[in-house]
Amino acid sequence: MNETKLHKESVVFKVIEYIVCVFFSFLSIAPFLVMFINATRSTSEIQQHAISLISEHPFINLAKNWKVFTTKDFHPEVGFKNSFIISTCSTLLTLYFSALTAYSIKAYEWKLKKVLNGLIMGIMMVPGTITMIGFYQMVYKVGMTNKLSMLIIPAIANPMMVYFMKQYLEGSLSLSIVESARIDGASEFRTFNQIVLPLMKPAIATQAIFAYVGSWNNLFMPLILLTDKSKQTLPIVVSLLRGDIYRTEFGSIYLGLSITVLPLIVVYIFLSKYIVEGVALGGTKG
Amino acid sequence: MNNKKLVSYSKYGYIFAIPFVIAFLIFTLYPIVYTFIIGFTDLKGAGNTELHFLTNDIFKNFVDVLTAKSFHTAITNTVRIWIVNFIPQLGFALLFTAWFTDRRTKLKGQGIFKILFYLPNIITAATIGILFNALFGYPKGPINDIIQFFGASEPYPFITKQSWVRGIIAFIQFWMWYGYTMVNLIAGVIGINPEIFEAAELDGASKSQTFFLVTIPCIRPIMVYVLITSLIGGLNMFDIPQVFISTDCNNAGLTTNMYIRNQAFAGSYIYCRAAAASVIMFIIILILCLLLLYFMRDKDEAKLAKIRRQERKAAAARV
Repeated sequence: MNETKLHKESVVFKVIEYIVCVFFSFLSIAPFLVMFINATRSTSEIQQHAISLISEHPFINLAKNWKVFTTKDFHPEVGFKNSFIISTCSTLLTLYFSALTAYSIKAYEWKLKKVLNGLIMGIMMVPGTITMIGFYQMVYKVGMTNKLSMLIIPAIANPMMVYFMKQYLEGSLSLSIVESARIDGASEFRTFNQIVLPLMKPAIATQAIFAYVGSWNNLFMPLILLTDKSKQTLPIVVSLLRGDIYRTEFGSIYLGLSITVLPLIVVYIFLSKYIVEGVALGGTKG
Repeated sequence: MNNKKLVSYSKYGYIFAIPFVIAFLIFTLYPIVYTFIIGFTDLKGAGNTELHFLTNDIFKNFVDVLTAKSFHTAITNTVRIWIVNFIPQLGFALLFTAWFTDRRTKLKGQGIFKILFYLPNIITAATIGILFNALFGYPKGPINDIIQFFGASEPYPFITKQSWVRGIIAFIQFWMWYGYTMVNLIAGVIGINPEIFEAAELDGASKSQTFFLVTIPCIRPIMVYVLITSLIGGLNMFDIPQVFISTDCNNAGLTTNMYIRNQAFAGSYIYCRAAAASVIMFIIILILCLLLLYFMRDKDEAKLAKIRRQERKAAAARV
């Protein structure tokens, strides 16, 4: 008797859980769904009903919406190219040098190690945007504004990531492996590249995703440093869609947004498992 | 012998850390110091890089910022938006963590839910800001369509009403970040030794008792991490309000980072005031982080450390 009551309660509980979860899932998808659908509708259709199913002539409208861009100086391909260069290079740099720095702290005994370690912990808390004015002045003085490299090279020093990598090494690297590599005559540099780096693959993979997404989505710094049209990154190009020139071209706004979202969603579908588990890996180390 | 080995390899420690240190000095430390210095100069004007220190009133920029009405607006907006987004964010993240890690009722399809909840976090914030601006469009937009379908007689101008603008920005922040917080908290729970839960179950603890008395205390370090990163991120909010707010309601969604950028680059080029505002934000963030760390510290451990210190003192006194 009591047991069935308990069972009933847990069934009710479970139903509530499912309803809430499905609702939140819907909330995650709905804005993008509306966006993709409206990208295939004409502006006049959208003005009549902003929410609907796919239009009767999706491809004709798509072409029409696309045509608007050719008259409006909207160049997602430039944004893609620049964002791709910046994100790829800065991610590679930040991963390699963070791992190297973490390894130098973990594997060697040196005098200033404690100082560096303390610095990393302290600076981790300082948000990058605080340094923005000084950074801009410095870059301006040496005439390096509008250079993509100014958004790439600073990635070498990423205290947050060094911290993660260090935590990971604490748990996964035993120095006896390093010792035996030394006995086999491997140089220190080779030991790091061929033995330690492969060991760190799980940590590197997850941090790679975060670094890439973070760099790809960054608007603040590029907006300040890159004023040349040919150097704009995707978020800057996207932010132009807000401007007055598109005020009445709803179909094109939705299409422009879709173009920037679609690649991210495709990549996410393939990597989502790693991302969700990867955050987990990063999280436990935090 | 062993010692000698350590010494002979120690130079590699320096060599491997050098790229980081150099990049750090040039691209992080120097700009920080430089920003502080600019705060005490009268640097303004596009392209101007010459520093003149203020002589009679060295804190002029700081006073200017602290007495500026738009800075007050920016700071109240930023804090308000952060709090309104963070409380439900942490609340729902904890709720989903409790559900998804519950050992007794295994929820089917968790994987899909987690992936969908996390999805908004990977999309470019600028895109999302513009998308929501379009969704809340006035007089014609999907949201206005919906409220009219449900009986509203007229479309509502969401994007020009100040409190709605702040509310929507807070909602977007919540929507983008609860999944991230949840996944982090779940990771923390997975890291807990399962024997602790088994013991709680054997002792007859209910679901909610287990969660509040076992799980939450165990994931305290991760909670600290989530709180600190969210605090820093929240007080640096820029992308969403920057692209979301329309020109009709200038200051409703003005955040401190937007204020800093406006001072430095949008027309007036008052670098010195922007630098002073940066320094003020830095100090505010630092104080809040320290307070947070203090309140979230492990009280038992702190007590233990205190007792140990006293014991040591007592022992020293005896000697």
